[in-house]
Amino acid sequence: MNFLLINFFLISLLLITTFFIFKTTSLISVVALTGAFTLLCSAIYVNLDAVDVAFTEAAVGSGISTILMVMAAAKLPEGKKNKLINLFPSIILAVSISLILIIIIANLPLLGDPNAPIHLHVVPEYLKESKDFFHIPNVVTNILASYRGFDTLGETIVIFTAGLGVIALLTSNTLNRKTNFKKNNKKNER
Amino acid sequence: MRDKISSSPVLSVVSKILFAPIIIFGLYVQFHGDYGPGGGFQAGVIVAAAFILYSMIFGLSKGETLVPIMINRYLMCVGVLLYAGVGIVSILLDGMYLDYNVLSSDPSTGQHIGIILVELGVGITVATVMIALYHSFASFGEVNE
Repeated sequence: MNFLLINFFLISLLLITTFFIFKTTSLISVVALTGAFTLLCSAIYVNLDAVDVAFTEAAVGSGISTILMVMAAAKLPEGKKNKLINLFPSIILAVSISLILIIIIANLPLLGDPNAPIHLHVVPEYLKESKDFFHIPNVVTNILASYRGFDTLGETIVIFTAGLGVIALLTSNTLNRKTNFKKNNKKNER
Repeated sequence: MRDKISSSPVLSVVSKILFAPIIIFGLYVQFHGDYGPGGGFQAGVIVAAAFILYSMIFGLSKGETLVPIMINRYLMCVGVLLYAGVGIVSILLDGMYLDYNVLSSDPSTGQHIGIILVELGVGITVATVMIALYHSFASFGEVNE
């Protein structure tokens, strides 16, 4: 009963936050509200006993991404307001996507159903065997680093590549300036 | 903009006090990930947050002195190479790629060593990539002066 009450409270807060994200016109408040949104999401994950996911969501979603979005918003020119010229196509798109999602939700297994397909495949084996074998209590770490070591390697490489991409895109100005500087120096020498 | 230093003494004092505890908490999350929630991804982000806080309060130049750009970029690679290197070592020890059982005479200890090294690699890469992202975003568009 408590679980349901807390979940209901958090999800209604989530809806209110979403409403205000659409309503505000100031970029900084949208960024702050998005941070609040992900923080509420992580509270929901805690309520669902997914502590590791909640931790990641709180650190990455409401921590670092909010900071990066604030930086990006600070770089944008001030005083420009977003004008929606034609609302009709976006309304049709939003309504059709929500209809599809509602149809999908009706076919999902119930929350916490022990006979859901995801709980019957490899999970029982992992839960039974991992503690005796690894002597590590956190099953999430065992799955992440050992059973699914390849996936985590892939994730790390994805983050690395994303960092490389941002560095290559955003610091090209610095490099250009340095090469121009060298060229100018050479010209002066001549 | 680049060297804009916060004029408020409250901000600079509080960030100086908070810097070390944030990093210690990051290390706790990193190495306690086997026993509680946490692990390399979260720890990397927390450690990066400490450095980003420093650069935000004391200006980007001081942040770049604290974490030089080139060292940061090398560390990005070191994290991924540490992860992949654990796999290579386990191949050399007659195991399969990323099979930690062979890292020690006792398979369980081997798994412990493997998981800690791999999480360390993830943590280093995530922390340095986040710092690099912040520095790239913050210094963007300031070089044309």
